[in-house]
Amino acid sequence: MENLVNIFVKSIFIDNMIFAYFLGMCSYLAVSKTVKTSMGLGIAVTFVLVITVPVNFLLEQYVLKKGALVWLDESFATLDLSFLSFIMFIAVIASIVQLVEMVIEKSSPALYNSLGIFLPLIAVNCAILGASLFMQEREYANIAEATAFGLGSGIGWLLAIVALAAIREKMRYSNVPAPLRGLGITFILTGLMGIAFMSFLGITL
Amino acid sequence: MENIEKEPLLSAKNIKLLKNPLGQDNPITVQVLGICSALAVTVKMKPAIVMAVSVMVVLAVSNVVIAALRKSIPGRIRIIVQLVVIATLVILVDQFLKAFAFDVSKQLSVFVGLIITNCIIMGRLEAFAMANKPWPSFLDGLGNAWGYGWILIAVSFFREFLGTGSIMGYPVMEKLGVYNFGYEDNGMMILPPMALITVGIIIWVQRARNKSLIETK
Repeated sequence: MENLVNIFVKSIFIDNMIFAYFLGMCSYLAVSKTVKTSMGLGIAVTFVLVITVPVNFLLEQYVLKKGALVWLDESFATLDLSFLSFIMFIAVIASIVQLVEMVIEKSSPALYNSLGIFLPLIAVNCAILGASLFMQEREYANIAEATAFGLGSGIGWLLAIVALAAIREKMRYSNVPAPLRGLGITFILTGLMGIAFMSFLGITL
Repeated sequence: MENIEKEPLLSAKNIKLLKNPLGQDNPITVQVLGICSALAVTVKMKPAIVMAVSVMVVLAVSNVVIAALRKSIPGRIRIIVQLVVIATLVILVDQFLKAFAFDVSKQLSVFVGLIITNCIIMGRLEAFAMANKPWPSFLDGLGNAWGYGWILIAVSFFREFLGTGSIMGYPVMEKLGVYNFGYEDNGMMILPPMALITVGIIIWVQRARNKSLIETK
């Protein structure tokens, strides 16, 4: 249990998707103009991460890894399909995003309308594929750890985008040098936030 | 089909496709595409160059493939078709790197795979290759990959030079002997946040020189 909490906290603060790995920067920069929309996108990303990381974990364990297909037949023990993992992961992500989109459209049209175009774009958000690839690289032991990692990364991403949106809302009233306006200052702000987040380095429970 | 007469291979229009992305139409500093997997590989110059070349291969080839197929791809499922083409090319690049440049491949870790979701590639396929012939698409791919690559190489140059005092792994600062005068490397440059700040400063310099890029609120 302690291990799970540790992975969860670590993926929010220390291995933060944005500040440590720059994943999902495109939508992070494009959608962080107001707190409300960034909150919606953050929740959607968290939601998709919580589903895709465990599903891809199962895929990795029972299909792709070396010798993973032993449950089908003993003769598959030397089969290594891991070179297929990119294409499998991206297919799983694209179809789950489609599924989530359909479910949200049916169950909560209000949320669906407020997310608009961002929902389908999550399929090509690097944070989602990145989380699955990190899950593969770090070799989490079981599905609970993978889920904790997915949830933590999602919440870390949500935290980062909402914080940036809040700062950018205030930035409208400040006098930024003209060439730095817009994109430039956003980059520098994210850098400064990243430095602040580095103070969490080394925290373990 | 009136103007049958052939365009020269490198007409003025095509040259523009190659040159514009380097400056005023740069994918990173102006179009804000492909930042996702770009910044994390800029600690050292070598992985940055390998990454830039990989992106160039994937972008140019996928642009050509999609441009050649553009009339036969059904509109509704084009995203999936594009993803499959990109993912296949990325698998090829990844296997190639693992076979011939294993160290760099380890350093790049997941970021080779993340070329799949690099927004430059999807963006160029959607915006250019779906509406143009293969040859201009190829040039557009090369141009944009160059625009992306030079930012990557510039950022990694500053980070490696100021952070570890070397260029391409060659210890310049040590050979010059500046450590004897009390110079010290700035370890901060190696940390992730400084990549963002370096890009921010590059954007600042670029926009200060080219006023038409300044954003109005």
